[in-house]
Amino acid sequence: MAIKLKELAGKEERLVPGHRLCAGCAESIIIRQIVNAIEEPVVIATATGCLEVASSVYPWTSWRVPWIHSAFENASTTAAGAEAMYRSLVRQGKIEDKDIKFLAFGGDGATYDIGLQWISGTFERGHKVIYVCLNNEAYMNTGIQRSSATPLGASTTTSPAGKVIPGKTQWRKPLTRIMAAHDIPYVAQASPHRWRDLMEKARKAVEADGPAFINVISPCPRGWRHDSSMSVEVAKMAVETCYWPLYEVRNGTEWTLNYKPREKKPVADWLKMQGRFRHLFTPQFEHVVEELQAKVDEEWERLLTLCGE
Amino acid sequence: MAKSIVKALDGAQAVSNAMRQINPDVVAAYPITPQTAIVQNFSQYVADGVVDTEFVTVESEHGAMSACIGASAAGGRVMTATASAGLALMWEVVYVAASMRLPLVMSVVNRALSAPLNIHCDHSDSMGARDAGWIQIYAETAQEAYDNTLQAVRIAEHPDLLTPVMSMQDGFITGHGVERVEILDDAEAKKFVGTYKPKHSLLDVDNPATYGAWDFYDFYFEHKRQQTDALSRAMPIIVEVGEEYGRLTGRKYGIFDPYEMDDAEVAIVVLSSTAGTARTVVKALRQKGIKIGLIKPRVFRPFPARELVEALKGVKAVAVLDRSISFGAMEGAGPLFLELSAALYAYGNGRGPLAVDYIFGLGGRDVIPAYIEQVAQDLLHIAETGERGDLVRYLGLRE
Ligand SMILES: Cc1ncc(C[n+]2csc(CCOP(=O)(O)OP(=O)(O)O)c2C)c(N)n1
Ligand code: SF4
Ligand SMILES: [Mg+2]
Repeated sequence: MAIKLKELAGKEERLVPGHRLCAGCAESIIIRQIVNAIEEPVVIATATGCLEVASSVYPWTSWRVPWIHSAFENASTTAAGAEAMYRSLVRQGKIEDKDIKFLAFGGDGATYDIGLQWISGTFERGHKVIYVCLNNEAYMNTGIQRSSATPLGASTTTSPAGKVIPGKTQWRKPLTRIMAAHDIPYVAQASPHRWRDLMEKARKAVEADGPAFINVISPCPRGWRHDSSMSVEVAKMAVETCYWPLYEVRNGTEWTLNYKPREKKPVADWLKMQGRFRHLFTPQFEHVVEELQAKVDEEWERLLTLCGE
Repeated sequence: MAKSIVKALDGAQAVSNAMRQINPDVVAAYPITPQTAIVQNFSQYVADGVVDTEFVTVESEHGAMSACIGASAAGGRVMTATASAGLALMWEVVYVAASMRLPLVMSVVNRALSAPLNIHCDHSDSMGARDAGWIQIYAETAQEAYDNTLQAVRIAEHPDLLTPVMSMQDGFITGHGVERVEILDDAEAKKFVGTYKPKHSLLDVDNPATYGAWDFYDFYFEHKRQQTDALSRAMPIIVEVGEEYGRLTGRKYGIFDPYEMDDAEVAIVVLSSTAGTARTVVKALRQKGIKIGLIKPRVFRPFPARELVEALKGVKAVAVLDRSISFGAMEGAGPLFLELSAALYAYGNGRGPLAVDYIFGLGGRDVIPAYIEQVAQDLLHIAETGERGDLVRYLGLRE
């Protein structure tokens, strides 16, 4: 299980440079950590979104592994179809069993919103698909529109901060919990700044030998309005403030907290790093920061209880 | 000729039997009336171990087509079945399947679209998908539905084509109507469909490829041109497969079925089960010395434009019977009429027959021989007077 940097350095990259993600985009960092952590051959389905448009511009491809894009909402089911075919052909003796692992990548829009039904079906049917949500908390590919992963108060192009409305007026969907409620073998939340934790989670997902879901926070310099050099720091602060706790859930019941900040930082420390929350630091809207803090506290306490902490 | 057995089957059973013999590697499907029986029969085959298929019991039709896309890209034989709202729900990915050139076969049991909700037959569902890039084949009988399903596999997987095939039959009328159906001997059917050897597969991890890439304006157009070219090449392949099937079974299939067309002065063109009713009427009228003929198109996509114009040469008046409306089209005509009119204009050298359209049978409205007799009378009048009259008419409708 232990991941050694030296070994990693010698491995062939599965997502190669030259893709068109923005400088500082966390998506490529996350993908590389995940696919490079997996030893076995992989087949990857990707939903429409930043990653897809940036990595598969015909006639080029950034993928050194078999990769497919079909639509926005159905990466899970596309991977499930390929996985079903693999099982069928192996069972019939038509192809050799190469221990292929099936992955699906989708943004938060693809995962929390439009693709939720497809993922739920894929998990219920028990396909051995590892679904990874690259959660940048908005529809970035189409120009920073709100999703159900966008937090309260964030200014997006469809929940803009205005003279009377302070950005998004709803909290966020508790998606990781919803996925855990499918009672699948493995569900986790992760962050790219804790790369070893994320890579180990990718391996655990493989070893869980069933449907798995990993929700990874993915800072987006464009949409979150922070410097492109700050993505990893911003991810780190999301975890240090307990806005984005790192935990895993096995079989829907065994909850484990993977990281507990020594000192829980105020969520404002994280908000201040990002332009999308700038309007909250005005007398008119500062109450939203308090509401946000209350939400974070409530979820954190609940998680601690679930994890037996 | 190959061995076969005769059975009393409804159209759904006929198609499920073909699917059993094809033994697809993956089937992903979702139940909807009147296709449900196909999914249920096939589930039983899976439960009884008579097929090797991995049956993916998806949560929706969009999921069905999505799983089919992933499965087909993974290099095996894949089938599904649907109808009506199911086909409408999978719309987006129906296009994706064709554009990724995945040789799927989808059985469609034609049913009206909502609203109002209606579970009975018309062709609105598959006609709405006519520009999605699939080959479309329509069956008159359960026998044809069976035969077309076997042939569809060969057509779709033809290396020059690699284009999915939609195989239609009429909901309830054919789908639930029990008929005499000749089922090929299992071994013969399997030999006919052969094995599928994909050129590329997602599972070929040693030769990784990217599927469903993102095209800008610099390549998209060329890809679409390749796609339309493939469909234009389909007709001889469909004919070749139909002839081979004929040698095997004695039932040869072509692009369309002409009946009493040799010296016909007026003609009816109609798809699917209604062609049976029309044939009975034509036969009776012929006995009275009326020079009427019938054309039952089998292949609607690609549209056999030149072939139909040629077949209608010498005909003075033609009536198209459409079981759907292309809303907002010229006088609210149906798709078959619109296609045929365009064909007559493009290839008829200005000498084509006068053509009229009859919308009929929407939402399962029954079509009785008297309606077809009325069409024949109208045609004779048009042929005699040279006056076309109303372009679009309705059969069996209370006005
Ligand atoms: C059915 C459908 N609806 C809408 C779109 C437009 N669209 C493409 S990507 C996208 C947003 C993607 O957001 P997300 O999944 O969060 O990925 P990100 O780009 O943020 O990484 C949208 C709305 C689409 N392609 N298909
Ligand atoms: S917009 Fe954001 S998520 Fe998209 S590529 Fe740029 S940084 Fe990455
Ligand atoms: Mg997003």
